[in-house]
Amino acid sequence: MINITEVIETNKMIEQENLDVRTITMGISLLDCATDDLDKTCENIYNKITGLTRNLVQTGEDISREFGIPIVNKRISVTPIAIVGSSCCKTPHDYVQICKTLDKIAAEVGINFIGGYSAIVSKGMTKSDEMLIRSIPEALSCTERICSSINVGSTKTGINMDAVRLLGDIIKETAEMTKDRDSLGCAKLVVLCNAPDDNPFMAGAFHGVSEADAIINVGVSGPGVVKYALEQIPDANFEVLCETIKKTAFKITRVGQLVAQEASRRLGVPFGIIDLSLAPTPAIGDSVADILERIGLERTGAPGTTAALALLNDQVKKGGVMASSYVGGLSGAFIPVSEDQGMIDAVEAGALTIEKLEAMTCVCSVGLDMIAIPGDTKATTIAGIIADESAIGMINQKTTAVRIIPVIGKCVGESVEFGGLLGHAPVMPVNNFDCSLFVNRGGRIPSPIHSFKN
Amino acid sequence: MSKIIITAVGKDKVGIAAAICSALANNNVNVLDITQTIVEDFFNMMMIVDISNCLVSFGELSDSMNKIGELKGVQIKCQREDIFDKMHRI
Repeated sequence: MINITEVIETNKMIEQENLDVRTITMGISLLDCATDDLDKTCENIYNKITGLTRNLVQTGEDISREFGIPIVNKRISVTPIAIVGSSCCKTPHDYVQICKTLDKIAAEVGINFIGGYSAIVSKGMTKSDEMLIRSIPEALSCTERICSSINVGSTKTGINMDAVRLLGDIIKETAEMTKDRDSLGCAKLVVLCNAPDDNPFMAGAFHGVSEADAIINVGVSGPGVVKYALEQIPDANFEVLCETIKKTAFKITRVGQLVAQEASRRLGVPFGIIDLSLAPTPAIGDSVADILERIGLERTGAPGTTAALALLNDQVKKGGVMASSYVGGLSGAFIPVSEDQGMIDAVEAGALTIEKLEAMTCVCSVGLDMIAIPGDTKATTIAGIIADESAIGMINQKTTAVRIIPVIGKCVGESVEFGGLLGHAPVMPVNNFDCSLFVNRGGRIPSPIHSFKN
Repeated sequence: MSKIIITAVGKDKVGIAAAICSALANNNVNVLDITQTIVEDFFNMMMIVDISNCLVSFGELSDSMNKIGELKGVQIKCQREDIFDKMHRI
């Protein structure tokens, strides 16, 4: 039988160390909503999503109450809209109408984000894909709760440099169209390489075409819990350190697994995966940077940071995999800058640069995330940054991403406030040596030799 | 059997367990185990109870415990046992 020490430990994790389930995300296929009539397609989308998610928020709240664990977000991911709208959208503006429909649904259902305003263009773009990409600035500026993601490369296909080049412009345009809100639109737009089909976390969530009609994916969190566990063993060697992270990750993930199974049962929707990510928030103590500092760095960004992060990421996976029957999504440690107070502090102290963050993305779960850069950064420079990140993903057979915000009207030394879970960020300097000849070459970078495993 | 864990945390005073037990009895909830300890000068009590035949819903029972907590100046939580079981047992 459970004893009082175990009960106290669990409740301390929840109450003092910010343990929570970050998101229950229902993935919904919209393939059967597609028609050649725009209004009819929007109506089908509305009916399907609202029908399936009628009880999503209430169920999340019920589970949260009964188990005493906060479930921070209830969200939805949908089939990449470029596919859903390919028959009925004749202009980028038509895609915006679908985006507005999704925004209306999100407000009605009571969730904060729908992900899937997306296109998968890792090898080439269809006309529909290109129209959706060109609609992104308008779509993200006139909606509040929609997240957009574009997959521009994969280990199997190489990198679509035409799409990378185009997205450099699109990110700038999105920043421009939302400049009255510190270019917030770009915080809802992520460019990925090797994007997973079942990611529950925003902004990169979409419901891949390999998925079932509807599915429940759960993202767990808990950097604060890992940090606390490490505070108890300040002088331990690497063996003990790794064992401690593994055990903690196991406990965190088991809670996620429980919540996922309960949500799946109560909603009558199959369970998909647990994404066992350490996802920080701007709350004090809920920081991945703080964990790296507990491992032994004065500041995140100091020499040793990449090794410490590699170790952390690997132990989280090793502990988490045993705790859940199905693990997927991005799984690992997230290193967003604006959403992690420790990262923000490290940037402000001059310890952490974009180049170091790039190195860190080689060994953790995602990429350059929530980084504010000067508003006058050239579109080709942004495309170059995306190309670099995609190359890391392609060569290392991992997911990488770029969610970068060129804040119009702001320069290095200033800061931006996005609010809520998106946090605030100091504007970071970018290497401005020109790469336009490289990104303007056109075409695609071939897939690497180790992709040929047939 | 449907087990929940009730925890009470706060400054110790007369009648906390009595108030909780009396409310549980009124709702036909069977107490299976009671443990208490002092952690960092705070009174911690844990009860394992069976709510299979409880006369009210989980939410109502939880609300009634919260009210007792407010009256007695302690924090009382009701949680399904599964969260502890999953986290601490393989």
